[in-house]
Amino acid sequence: MLKIGVRILGDRNGCLQLKNIVMNIITTRRICQIFFFILFLWFCLVATLGERWWQLRGWPVNWIIQLDPLVGLGILLTTRTLYAGLLWGLATLVLTIILGRFFCGWLCPFGSIHQFVGYLAKRKKSIKTKLKLNRYHSAQSVKYWILVFLLTIAVAELAVDAIRLPRSTPMGFAAMMALGLAAVIVLVIRQIKFNVKKTIAAILTLSVCWVLISFLFYADWRPVASLQIGLLDPIPLVYRSINLIVLPLIDQTALMASSSPRLYAGPWLIASIFIMSVILNLIRPRFYCRFVCPLGALFAVLGRFALWRIGKTREECTDCHLCEKNCEGACQPTAQIRIAECVLCLNCIDDCHHGLMGYHTAPSAGGEIVSPDLSRREFLVSAASGVAVIPVLRIGGVPGPNWNARMVRPPGSLPEEQFLSRCIKCGQCMRICPTNVIHPAGLAAGLEGLWTPVLNFRIGTSGCQHNCIACGNLCPTAAIRPISLEERQGINRYAGQGPIKIGAAFIDRGRCLPWAMDRPCIVCQENCPVSPKAIFTRTLFNTIRVHRPLIVKNADATRIEFESDALEQGRYSTGDYFCVIAGSPDPGPRRIIANTAGSLTVDRGLPFEQPPESKNSVAIQIRLQQPYVDPKLCIGCGVCEHECPVRGKRAIRVTAENESRARQHALTLQG
Amino acid sequence: MNNDHLNRRQFMVRSAKAGASILAACSIGYWFYDHAGPRPLSEDTTAVQIPDFSMPELGQRMSIVKGGNRSETLQLALKSIGGIEAFIKKGDRVLLKVNAAFASPPILSATTHPDMVTAITHLCLKAGAAEVTVTDNPINDPASCFRLTGIEQAARSAGANVLFPQKELFKSFTLPEAQLIRNWPVLYEPLNRINKVIGTAPVKDHHRSGASMIMKNWYGFLGGRRNIFHQDIHTIIKELAMMVQPTLVVLDGTTTMMRNGPTGGSLSDLKETRTMIAGTDQVAADAFGATLLDKTVDELAFIKKAEAMRLGTADFQSLNPVRESTS
Repeated sequence: MLKIGVRILGDRNGCLQLKNIVMNIITTRRICQIFFFILFLWFCLVATLGERWWQLRGWPVNWIIQLDPLVGLGILLTTRTLYAGLLWGLATLVLTIILGRFFCGWLCPFGSIHQFVGYLAKRKKSIKTKLKLNRYHSAQSVKYWILVFLLTIAVAELAVDAIRLPRSTPMGFAAMMALGLAAVIVLVIRQIKFNVKKTIAAILTLSVCWVLISFLFYADWRPVASLQIGLLDPIPLVYRSINLIVLPLIDQTALMASSSPRLYAGPWLIASIFIMSVILNLIRPRFYCRFVCPLGALFAVLGRFALWRIGKTREECTDCHLCEKNCEGACQPTAQIRIAECVLCLNCIDDCHHGLMGYHTAPSAGGEIVSPDLSRREFLVSAASGVAVIPVLRIGGVPGPNWNARMVRPPGSLPEEQFLSRCIKCGQCMRICPTNVIHPAGLAAGLEGLWTPVLNFRIGTSGCQHNCIACGNLCPTAAIRPISLEERQGINRYAGQGPIKIGAAFIDRGRCLPWAMDRPCIVCQENCPVSPKAIFTRTLFNTIRVHRPLIVKNADATRIEFESDALEQGRYSTGDYFCVIAGSPDPGPRRIIANTAGSLTVDRGLPFEQPPESKNSVAIQIRLQQPYVDPKLCIGCGVCEHECPVRGKRAIRVTAENESRARQHALTLQG
Repeated sequence: MNNDHLNRRQFMVRSAKAGASILAACSIGYWFYDHAGPRPLSEDTTAVQIPDFSMPELGQRMSIVKGGNRSETLQLALKSIGGIEAFIKKGDRVLLKVNAAFASPPILSATTHPDMVTAITHLCLKAGAAEVTVTDNPINDPASCFRLTGIEQAARSAGANVLFPQKELFKSFTLPEAQLIRNWPVLYEPLNRINKVIGTAPVKDHHRSGASMIMKNWYGFLGGRRNIFHQDIHTIIKELAMMVQPTLVVLDGTTTMMRNGPTGGSLSDLKETRTMIAGTDQVAADAFGATLLDKTVDELAFIKKAEAMRLGTADFQSLNPVRESTS
């Protein structure tokens, strides 16, 4: 008895010591999470054009996006390249292979939100309830379905190319098959037992089938690469939510997170998803991380070879289950630990009163389940649905002949198919745009184009400014190319190709004041920023309605008096009205400078050479400058649409016609 | 409590509670009762006034200086009309109304040149001004406009404040005897906290009105949907000149935008006219500016209208402008 007592005491002392160290680790994790969360918020905040320390300057505002290897992987699959800073994803990937899902538990800002809200929700619950909440749930495999689904959407084009291998590179294909057969021969020579006939038959069947189905696809198969990981990848999701929902809300207070208060079209869906994913923590802590997060799923797959893992140091324990009390990943450390679900929160190490839990190279003494819980059938169903998505969606002809001309993309955007294969819907371009003209698209660009950037000239402080290239230089994936000002304006080196056009303006003659309503205006012409102006005018004199005929009573060189009081006092003195004498040999219109009900006075600078005679009839005309658009000069910046005084549905509107990025959208012949 | 045995006392208590609730509900209903319903929108009757910033005791003064260096021509032009000290006294708070309408670089001359901002600010501060505030309500994005035009940088380094046209700086304003500026949002707060106004603008072509110079530049005091006034451009320019009676105007004709105005966008739209005009009469300044654009006063109806309102004279020669040259 004594012996046992001493041992327990000894253990306890040991425990206490270990616990002190572990407390520090939990604190370290919390500090790390807070640090990265604040860093993330800071990067969102400083994505504002300017040179002050709290503005863009040189802050690496995309760094957390770049650290997300799912973004890098997705773009690698769709474009077979890894754009600039996306190489950072490799660092995360390598660390995950060594350490496990450290990103989820230590770095991910979205994960930190969930962990904090989850903590608030369960903090006063009993240990029994906590254990129940943190029990592994079979639906946690849903996130793997989502990952496979989203990645296979991206992989579709690559798959088609692989299928076409026997035709695109027949020699390579033959060499590959020959290699297979050679391997069989080597194995036979080395007298390793296996079913030779069956293997050779399999290789041959595979070759024949491959060759046959390779004929299904033409060489000019329409590209079907499309990147949709941004829908649920937590990093773009949390960037989008903060940029487009949270910061604009703060703008409405005295805190002002942006240079001018921001508006973004269609916030309801973005906000609903964000708020819903936060609220779901009330049902289960880290709901999004456990059940939905495709990035977590990717880390789970990568972490299966992790060198260090969480686990029990001894198999036998008191089965108190306290280690699962605060288990963030619901990875059941008590029993066979599910390594794939462990987010390295390290709470189990802290909560075990016996010091049995550790983070070490040896596998858990309680046993491990290393692989994600994803059956072959689930994998195949997810993959097949993913591959089908884009070909099915594109039956609708978008992008293609059924393209939506209202989708005016920011300057420097790639052609639509390439654009869709890169855009991760993070909202960085929308945040940086100094005029708040870039907005998340709804379904106007089809389901594929959800939340991709589109220009909305009704909102914002101006159209797309001629001297600005901010969006392309911030875009983390080069869906909007980092163009130079010279390229945008078509000057110097780029003089030959002309300015980048994002669309063309069209005048709605039924709504335009000088066209439809005899009112001078031409605000669009005034504001057109290109030189020479793309909007030009033609002048005409329109006879206006007067309710009684204007018959001359008497007149001199500058003043006409009428027989009746037909005019509205002062109405025609604005400088835009002129009078002409019907049937006079002196037909030139004279500018009216003043009028009473029964008389009018013309400008002394140009008097009548022959004043009208009595009983002559006089007409009042308004001088109108009617605007026209020269499609060769119009760059589609939308300043005209933004300024048009017809505020409801603008009388001049920009659509994506003539955009430089798509020759098939050209409006006029070149030159 | 058992309902079968509701005693009198309990019944009384319950009735009292029910009675109080009914009374409370009825009082609340009566309190908020609105017989008439909402009324139609009434005109905003806030009575704000914009003071007259001119100094009639100085009389009409005007100078026209030839030369290519803005800083030099400006100094000489002001010296010729009595020096800045005649206009700006110690402790004055000066509002410098620039033209920052477009987000384009100074070389395109679509906006007030930053050298003008620097020079005027320096002169004012030297004359003892307590503060110089630079403002405008541009057409393009304000932050981009002030940054790209170089005005923000020039103003800050010369020691002036830059006031961005934030919503709270506007007030609804009615200009007496005006047709158009009635209950209209005007960039009022900057005008309210100063006692001297200097207007400065470049000479530019303007397709609708014919020219954009000093008087047209007051457009930047208007907020709201001011584009609607383009339907009656000459009247609105006249009313703007009625609204702002400046202490001093400086029209920068060093480079004139001859065509494609008011935005320009190309050096080929510009002409070196090497002239600086300073004076107290905004109509006369614009009338002279018209000559730089190869236009006559007859073509610019707003000048005639302003003259008819006795805001100044279109016959600038009658002011006997001092003519000088820096070269």
